[in-house]
Amino acid sequence: MSTYSALTAAVTTQAEEHGQAVAEATGVFSWTWLLIAIPLLGAAILLLGGRRTNSVGHLIGTAASSLSFVVGVVLFFAMLGEGATERAFTVPLWEWFNAGGYEVQVSLLLDQLSMAFVLLITGVGSLIHVYSIGYMEHDENRRRFFGYLNLFVAAMLLLVLAADYLILFIGWEGVGLASYLLIGFWQHKPSAAVAAKKAFIVNRVGDMGMILAISSMLAVFGSSAFDVVFASADGASTGWLTAIGLFLLLGACGKSAQFPLQSWLLDAMEGPTPVSALIHAATMVTAGVYLIVRSAAIYDLAPDARTAVVIVGTITLLMGAIIGCAKDDIKKALAGSTMSQIGYMMLAAGLGPAGYAFAIFHLITHGFFKANMFLGAGSVMHGMNDEVDMRKYGGLRVAMPVTFATFAMGYLAIIGIPPFAGYFSKDRIIEAALAENWVIGACAILGAGITAFYMTRVMLMTFFGSRRWKQSQPPHESPPVMTIPLIVLAVLSVVGGAGLLYVSAGIVEWLAPVTGEEHHDLPIPLAAIIAITLATVLAGIAIAWGMYGRKPIREDVPAGNPLTVAARRDLYGDAFNEAVLMRPGQYLTRSLVYVENRGVDGAVVGTATAIGGLSSRLRRWQTGFVRSYALTMLAGAGFVVVAMLLVRLP
Amino acid sequence: MNAPNLEYAELAPLLTVFGAAVIGVLIEAFAPRRVRHPVQVALALLALLAALVQVILLAGTEVVGAVGAVVIDGPALFLQGTILVMSIISIAFFAERRLESGGDAFAPSASTLPGGEEEKVLVRQKRLQTEVYPLTMFAITGMLLFPAANDLLVMFVALEVLSLPLYLLCGMARRRRLLSQEAALKYFLLGAFSSAIFLFGAAFVYGFAGTLRFSEISEALTAQIGQEELLLTGVGLMAVGLLFKVGAVPFHSWTPDVYQGAPTPVTGFMAACTKIAAFGAMVRLFYVAFGGLRTDWQPMLWAVAIATMAVGAIVGLTQTDIKRMLAYSSIAHAGFVLTALVAADETATAAILFYLATYGFATVGAFAVVTLVRDSGGEATHLAKWTGLGKRAPILAGTFALFLLAFAGIPMTSGFVGKLAVFTAAVDGGATPLVVIGVVASAVAAFYYVRVIVLMFFSEPAAESPSIAVPSVWTTVGITLGAAATLLLGLVPGPLLDLAQAAATFVR
Repeated sequence: MSTYSALTAAVTTQAEEHGQAVAEATGVFSWTWLLIAIPLLGAAILLLGGRRTNSVGHLIGTAASSLSFVVGVVLFFAMLGEGATERAFTVPLWEWFNAGGYEVQVSLLLDQLSMAFVLLITGVGSLIHVYSIGYMEHDENRRRFFGYLNLFVAAMLLLVLAADYLILFIGWEGVGLASYLLIGFWQHKPSAAVAAKKAFIVNRVGDMGMILAISSMLAVFGSSAFDVVFASADGASTGWLTAIGLFLLLGACGKSAQFPLQSWLLDAMEGPTPVSALIHAATMVTAGVYLIVRSAAIYDLAPDARTAVVIVGTITLLMGAIIGCAKDDIKKALAGSTMSQIGYMMLAAGLGPAGYAFAIFHLITHGFFKANMFLGAGSVMHGMNDEVDMRKYGGLRVAMPVTFATFAMGYLAIIGIPPFAGYFSKDRIIEAALAENWVIGACAILGAGITAFYMTRVMLMTFFGSRRWKQSQPPHESPPVMTIPLIVLAVLSVVGGAGLLYVSAGIVEWLAPVTGEEHHDLPIPLAAIIAITLATVLAGIAIAWGMYGRKPIREDVPAGNPLTVAARRDLYGDAFNEAVLMRPGQYLTRSLVYVENRGVDGAVVGTATAIGGLSSRLRRWQTGFVRSYALTMLAGAGFVVVAMLLVRLP
Repeated sequence: MNAPNLEYAELAPLLTVFGAAVIGVLIEAFAPRRVRHPVQVALALLALLAALVQVILLAGTEVVGAVGAVVIDGPALFLQGTILVMSIISIAFFAERRLESGGDAFAPSASTLPGGEEEKVLVRQKRLQTEVYPLTMFAITGMLLFPAANDLLVMFVALEVLSLPLYLLCGMARRRRLLSQEAALKYFLLGAFSSAIFLFGAAFVYGFAGTLRFSEISEALTAQIGQEELLLTGVGLMAVGLLFKVGAVPFHSWTPDVYQGAPTPVTGFMAACTKIAAFGAMVRLFYVAFGGLRTDWQPMLWAVAIATMAVGAIVGLTQTDIKRMLAYSSIAHAGFVLTALVAADETATAAILFYLATYGFATVGAFAVVTLVRDSGGEATHLAKWTGLGKRAPILAGTFALFLLAFAGIPMTSGFVGKLAVFTAAVDGGATPLVVIGVVASAVAAFYYVRVIVLMFFSEPAAESPSIAVPSVWTTVGITLGAAATLLLGLVPGPLLDLAQAAATFVR
């Protein structure tokens, strides 16, 4: 790029990032750290302040998140004021350590990609903070809840703003911690405690991948800083790059609940619903997609790793969709859907420059409509005494009109009805997938059809049909503090897609300096693709209508066909883990304990006994009589003198 | 004959402490009994602080003074500073008066018959004796002189100046006076024995070299004048005297008995400062005077180091008295320092200097904690009494655990850095087998340190559990200083290591 080379010639401190110049932040951009510091301070106040902050905790938490959003918006507009390829800034903070030839700077990278995430995290995050004020009103630990939420926001922002994989990893672990704490927030419920542990342990597997990836980078490039790694990536061997790509993919699979590390996400729904909306739908679980897109420079040079990403994404998008079809728990149905949608994003991210921007585009629209639906589900649960079984819902559109209307917007968005948000983003992914490989494309279209089926099912079971709830008080609509965020998100679900795509240059152009751009020739005309996709979606809706709309819904769970049974059991994900990982692991630990007890302990105890015996012998020399002490000393003196003289003898 | 020309400025720390000791004696003679205690404490602390300031101001000085008899150089100043800091903390423990109902840790009058009528009268009158302060100051004078001595005779004089008051101090415990007096007598007899051996050795060396100056002895070694068995015998015998003071095997027998019998503040003072001073003297003697004989004394010290580490670690295992356990711990630590001493180079000197500082802080702190765990008979030193201490006094037990972890050389404590320093020096000096033994001995010793921690934190409190005395500000500040230094030197050892490195060059 000629503009780029002109720039580097002028400013020697600038580094390259995919053909975009990265300048050291000046002016308002040097305040980027405030984005992280504000919610971190909020978390510190709420978690260290103790009961004293109980009464205002939720306000402090919401204010911290909103303030961070305001800073984000200011930075966004400042960024708009810069030239299209001059929007990346590094913010060096301090040197973390410098040891053994490795030097790690704590520095932030604010570019178009991280900016998009900043706005999503703080924007949706703030809405969910507001919603939680109402949702968690009667929870005696509300302050702690907001403290954890703020901690999450800070960690997530660190994740997307880091300019070094090691720093990113701190945020990565930070969101993992916040996720663990929030899934297990109602730890008095054994199921919640177990779910938190499960999420934690499964994520460890992914984190291992991250650690391996970072270690490999340190070994190959001598640094884990983005600029160094990306700049020197083409000098490394393809083997190493593929390895790093696969390790990063393992990390991404853990965090984003992709096959084969998907099992924790469904259980994570034990957490309070705002958590499911923020962490397990809109933001944290998309960190894997961010990681892949951010590491574009590595994946571009490692086609095998990219293929692996595509395969993982495709498998997960079908798996999640199938699981979503069989769940009667509204949150678990939505969780299956989340898995599936992130599968779409992964698939897009695996397509390389042709798909990166679409992955992020879908990620953002998904953040809108999925958060919207989760919060809607939370609103339903709020009105239904925390009932989550959809077989006990029915006909709620009358009792909860706002929730129904907003949920419906999210529904139309996710199944991809034009002109709702999901139509634009998902269709782009399907097109890119078809251009790459028709099998993958077909799977994506099939996924869209299944999505339409299970979402229609959720819609029908919850809001339509006969009233199957038995509570004496009819369900009530949620208070405004909860419905207003719903309305905002519903509006975004409607206009977000078209808005992001067509307002000004659109998100694809916006991200192009970071992700690159590439256009494939479509195998069949665009209109045909759209038509096929829409037809599949409509077929999905029709089948769901046939199964759940026309016939009354049974309150007991029908036996179902083998596929339904498998889907109810998360396609045997847990059974697989248990058989392949847990049981051999248990056998291994048992045998190790045996070796430890019989072998190692035996040796240790034996040695200890021997030394103890020796000790008892030796201490008899300590007679307490001065005369024997003096004799010992004399003997010692004799020994010393003899030893001195003997040395000279030979 | 002309009066010798003395470098008063460079000798000022020594003279300050000595002067304070003499003034202390005068106070004993003339001041009314009421005011003696506060005056003595204030005088001692002021003098020690003044001396410490003088040492700090002298930093970087390299002077051979007092007509060649005394050297003020890096190691001397570093050790003098360390000794002064430990002494200040120790004096704070001496001054503690809240633990014993009758007064402090010392007998109202050491000369009364234990259990006699006279003693009872004095206890009832709440009589305090304050001779401990001038005695301690005399001992500190000797300790400050010991590592600065550049002359066989001065070294002997310093040895005696530091030892004689200590013999007395050991016999002054308020409780269990017979044990205390027995300890004092044992220490005195064996100390006199070792001093005699040292002097005998010095005579042999003089006989060989015809001079008392270290530098001149060193020159005589290179002259190859024959009669070297005379020299080697002398070196061996002098080594015995010094090894006795540092408590190395087989000259360690006095250590457990004396550490147990002496008043605990004195034990802490003695364990820290005597060892620092004696190692300082030993390093100077062996590096400066006998450096040329390195290959002759190294094998002997190898054997002594191995025996010391082994006995300290192994016999410590079966101790049931906390003070005796700490005594064996101090023996093992002497062995660890010896591994670096054997290496005999400048890194070794720096490592030893650093190690002694870390060891001193942990030691004075640990013995001070022992003074706080009490029952009706005074200090409850039997280990069984310490069970479950962590539940009743978590801060105290936690502090003690910190000191124990430092002794064991666990990372994040000063002990780890110290051990790393001496072992690294030993490996560099070619004593790798010694280091292997040292590490094994550390592991064995870690067992009894950790056992105490397990007793304190993971056992139910004993039925007849001792009470935890609430100390006055003296002990609190002292223990806090020790603990803070132990933690700080474990986390940020850099500055002190650099200081030790900078101070590690001997002036001949």
